[in-house]
Amino acid sequence: MRAAAVPRPRALVGGPSLTRSGLILGSGVLVLLIVLIVAVAAGSYSVGIGDTTAILGHRLLGIPATVTWSREAETIIFDLRLPRVLTAMLVGGGLAMAGATFQALLRNPLADPYIIGTASGASLGAAIAFMLPLLAPALAIGSATAWIGIGVVQVLAFVGGLGTVLAVYAIARGARGGTVTLLLTGYAVSSVLAAFVALLMHLAGNRLGVIFGWLMGALDGADWGRLAMAAPLVGISLVVLLIRWRRLNVLLLGDAQAAHLGVDVPRERLMLTMVASLATSAVVAISGTIGFVGLVVPHVLRLAIGPDHRLLLPASLLFGAALLAVADLGARLAGGVPVGVVTALIGAPFFLWLLVRSRAVWGAA
Amino acid sequence: MTAIEVPPGETRPEPSTALPEPVSEARGVAFAYRRRGLVREVLVSVDLAVRGGELVGLLGTNGSGKTTLLRLLAAAVRPDAGEIRIFGRPAANWSRAELARRVAVLPQQLELPAGFRVSEVVAMGRLPHASRLFSSTDEDDAAVETALLDADALDLAARPVEELSGGERQRVLVAMALAQQPALLLLDEPTVHLDLAHQVALIETVDRLRQSRGIAVVAVLHDLTLASTRVERVAVLDEGRIVADGAPEVVLSRDLVRRVFKVAADEAWTSEGRRLLAPAGTRR
Repeated sequence: MRAAAVPRPRALVGGPSLTRSGLILGSGVLVLLIVLIVAVAAGSYSVGIGDTTAILGHRLLGIPATVTWSREAETIIFDLRLPRVLTAMLVGGGLAMAGATFQALLRNPLADPYIIGTASGASLGAAIAFMLPLLAPALAIGSATAWIGIGVVQVLAFVGGLGTVLAVYAIARGARGGTVTLLLTGYAVSSVLAAFVALLMHLAGNRLGVIFGWLMGALDGADWGRLAMAAPLVGISLVVLLIRWRRLNVLLLGDAQAAHLGVDVPRERLMLTMVASLATSAVVAISGTIGFVGLVVPHVLRLAIGPDHRLLLPASLLFGAALLAVADLGARLAGGVPVGVVTALIGAPFFLWLLVRSRAVWGAA
Repeated sequence: MTAIEVPPGETRPEPSTALPEPVSEARGVAFAYRRRGLVREVLVSVDLAVRGGELVGLLGTNGSGKTTLLRLLAAAVRPDAGEIRIFGRPAANWSRAELARRVAVLPQQLELPAGFRVSEVVAMGRLPHASRLFSSTDEDDAAVETALLDADALDLAARPVEELSGGERQRVLVAMALAQQPALLLLDEPTVHLDLAHQVALIETVDRLRQSRGIAVVAVLHDLTLASTRVERVAVLDEGRIVADGAPEVVLSRDLVRRVFKVAADEAWTSEGRRLLAPAGTRR
């Protein structure tokens, strides 16, 4: 056996080495921490990095510190900026993680978390919620008070997003089609829902701005209550997706081979789709439809660190979180433009540059 | 070794007195593809049993149902009539995961996802055995290494899959199937894309594995010469039935070749007494 003479590539067997994974994820955590502190410190009322770190350490970790800052600074940092930055991180991380999942499930690098209807469903839900006072004046009082904590908008957006994915999946299943049928069904259903959103906007009158702002993605209303609603859902989704990294990898080989390797393909696909859509709907409900993060982050990371989901999923979470927090910081410093505008303005040209520069990495080997 | 044949319909003998239980067995299996009211009958009534340590070359013309039969033997699809038994148990009673620990399939075509290295793809064959959440066991690593070695792909281990040639890809796919440590290996045209040396090497590897580890192998072959010289048992599929099953020198007659494949065949004997079969032309 001539191959026996070859030195045994122990380190080559079994995927990426632990040190490499550790380096990538470790640097992700470090970047995220730096972004957290900078993004919380920066803003129209500037608080020094030192004070910011001390406030965060004091309030979050109970690290004793001599108070060198004003009560005002603490309120701004802890009650306004921290929930906003954490919301941006949760949304960015959730979208990137869901995007990585959909790109694998659909074996398509152009897939994003919204692709089978989450965005249009959530948009319609939110638009209806914004219009409730006009459509049913009796509800106006109720919806106005509901803004404290979790509002009607968040609930309807979440239900709309997840409900649409369920409907699209059911229709595509009825048509007995594969991935392409699912994509086309998602497209068709999204178009119908988008038409309803457009109709509502047409009827919206002075509420048009509110709906439009939501559609562009807005983190202005971020608070601890909404964060507390979305975070557990994203957490559950992360855990489920992570422990199924092997199955996500194997699905890249195609459904037939995945089945030969022991995967119950229809069940697995349904579950992964629903879990990823759960995270997507949860973050869309608290942020509106923010584009590009869910598409660009997993795609770029796949080029940089490879397609193994054991590493790709947590890396997407970390770097997606950091990216959206930075984009939101940019949006705030630019005078409050919608964060979706910033992600598109940064994300799209960067994506184009990558496309031109890199070899196609998704084609067949 | 002579071919083992069980006449269809005969009750299975007691394990102690005769043959070991088949690893996979088709009894009176029929299968048709249905699409929009159109029915294409592929298998009418197929009886085939493959036992541990056997290498069966499956022959037949294009569209004769060889791939379908492999998928049935792997319990990946259910027959319309008849039954499939894996280790004596009806195929429907096996879970996907249980099957994947025993049966590996090398498909005719498979896109390898770009960005993975060869060793990572081969390690995907360990999915049915995976016991740790995020890391591989020593057993997993050893199985991957052995599979790479057996498929003569160890030198490819660190290569990105998108850089492989057709023949190298084929060796990697074989390694992935072997990493499953199957008791039954189903190979759909394994020698396609392989150069002559690797064709012979692959058959030799499979032959060695069946002898040393008692793996049962069914390989769809197209090359009559390869089938007539390197394989000890062939089964010929024609018009939905197995029309010949046994040692190639016995069942692969020139008459059968003309009838099934519509080619005239020349035969010759080597100095060692081996019979060679070579296509001579499509004229009768």
